Amino acid sequence: MTAAVERATIDDILDRLKHLPGGLLPILHEIQGAVGYVPRESVPDIAAGLNLSRAEVHGVISFYHDFQTEPSGRSRIQLCRAEACQAVGARALERHITAQLGIGLGETTADGAVSLESVYCLGNCACGPSVRIGDEIHARVTPARFDELRGHLQAEQS
Amino acid sequence: MITVYVPRDTTACAVGADAVAAAIEAEAGARNIEINLIRNGSRGLFWLETLVEVSTAQGRMAYGPVTASDVPQLFDAGFHEGRASDLFLGPTEQISYLKNQQRVNFARAGVIDPLSLEDYQAQGGYAGLTRALVLTPQAMVDEVKTSGLRGRGGAAFPTGIKWQTVLDTPAEQKYIVCNADEGDSGTFADRLLMEADPFQLIEGMTIAGLAVGATRGYIYLRSEYPRAHTVLNAALATANDAGYLGEDVAGSGKAFELEVRLGAGAYICGEETALLDSLEGKRGLVRPKPPLPAVAGLFGQPTVINNVLTLATISSIFEKGADHYKNFGTGRSVGTLAVQLAGNIKQGGVVELAFGATLRSLLEEFGGGTLSDRPIKAVQVGGPLGAYLPETQWGLPLDYEAFAAAKAMLGHGGVVVFDDSVDMLEQARFAMEFCAVESCGKCTPCRIGSTRGVEVIDKIRAGEQRDDSLALLESLCETMALGSLCAMGGLTPSPVRSAIAHFPEAFGG
Repeated sequence: MTAAVERATIDDILDRLKHLPGGLLPILHEIQGAVGYVPRESVPDIAAGLNLSRAEVHGVISFYHDFQTEPSGRSRIQLCRAEACQAVGARALERHITAQLGIGLGETTADGAVSLESVYCLGNCACGPSVRIGDEIHARVTPARFDELRGHLQAEQS
Repeated sequence: MITVYVPRDTTACAVGADAVAAAIEAEAGARNIEINLIRNGSRGLFWLETLVEVSTAQGRMAYGPVTASDVPQLFDAGFHEGRASDLFLGPTEQISYLKNQQRVNFARAGVIDPLSLEDYQAQGGYAGLTRALVLTPQAMVDEVKTSGLRGRGGAAFPTGIKWQTVLDTPAEQKYIVCNADEGDSGTFADRLLMEADPFQLIEGMTIAGLAVGATRGYIYLRSEYPRAHTVLNAALATANDAGYLGEDVAGSGKAFELEVRLGAGAYICGEETALLDSLEGKRGLVRPKPPLPAVAGLFGQPTVINNVLTLATISSIFEKGADHYKNFGTGRSVGTLAVQLAGNIKQGGVVELAFGATLRSLLEEFGGGTLSDRPIKAVQVGGPLGAYLPETQWGLPLDYEAFAAAKAMLGHGGVVVFDDSVDMLEQARFAMEFCAVESCGKCTPCRIGSTRGVEVIDKIRAGEQRDDSLALLESLCETMALGSLCAMGGLTPSPVRSAIAHFPEAFGG
């Protein structure tokens, strides 16, 4: 997306949603959905549209784990690190995934293919460890199962 | 025509239900067998997912756990005619895990197509609203008080009293907010209800609006639940089209508008005042109380804020009457509790029972022991802020007061099981680490205490000044418990202290 298209997209979202009561979160979700992240340059426009200060908008973006100000990898992988998944091997899975991808939690691979994030509960606690890729949640993810899922991702991306 | 049911819920799909559904359609097509495939919600028997059901003259027959590669053999064995095979479980309603439950909230879960308003109405849906419409607001609130319903989000506050405050506080605009930010690890009952029977929540919120005079409602849903989001939005559109929401609810002349708002990955927004700030488009910071949300809540207006199951229960209280509901339960814990068996457990899922069953019966009779076949060492009840319970405490009845007396918390009913390979020091450390990551930062004991807690536990692990470090940790826990603004900092010491008290060997004791 070029800077001009990006700006037009964001302006359109602001026009549609700025009158929603408490609309900042829905606006940020829409921008992130359309652009892939919330560009730092858009903060003054969002602030002006909602009659907020730039500090307030920045404060909200940085408070919530979901919002990102940098482009993330082509696939976002979220690994559940919470207790129910810990009880069935999430810690070992985390070691496996970070070793396989060569990145830590909160990082993106150098080729931009994958971002790895932690998440605290996907509501799949009877069949963990759980991993979310895009909007799909996967159950009982063993290290071998993760390698298989990553293989599917690589095939889709190539 | 043969009707086949394949669940569409998150867990079912996470183990491959979409592939099973596609395989059944393909196989039926190849064999020229006409089927009507319905994507139901799940029954909540998650260890059996994908649980496929077939309608027969003798009722619905269950098969599970089915994978896509099992489908050709299932057809060979005549499953579409309800015949027995390797994966045959018999009539669904006779599966002991389901049969031995007392389902009120989850009576329709997995039975109906979650997006079929006709299915919902055929199973008692909207009968509660019809009954509510002829009552005065005060009579509606009285019905909730009589039922004895207490909030299912964890704090167990009497729902009717909360509603009375909102009813009695005059305002131009009042709100109903559903807390669907089910962030506790080991809990998924709210998710299952929203994905399997969304109209029950919508009806409950509508009744709440009519009772207290609120014309707008919001469902604050966590963003980690994309499937629930899709189902809720589709159900809201259907309810609007059918006239159950909007300017004129069911021809009553009264308005109730309802909207889903997504959270953005912040555990603290499950705390009700942080949730309200988030709904207002702000950072999710905890507000000091008073004022209570019932007096000055969303946008400063009187607001009923209740958990998903609390609001859903309203539908059945109005359908069957408060007196029927209060027959379930024990002491002041009235009604049913949806226990969620999770973690290292053979038979994980949702078990809805009247209050009073023991934890042990849940773990053994329903759960069937650990998935790893090793002995259970600890059970964390009530989410990441709940205590770790050793075997000596598994005789506790599931009852708010009994748990509180044992310095534990029933919370939202999540039960996370750990086998004997668990490192309890690591679990205590995680409690502090999680609090450090998820603290809203408003109060010092929670924001700073959690980080210091991780450091002190690391010292204990390294054997540095062990006795002094343990004393320091206890002092820190006391400061957090007594000095924090909300339950996040206030209860983080609970898993830490229980781990030290019951598993001292993990701390070098």
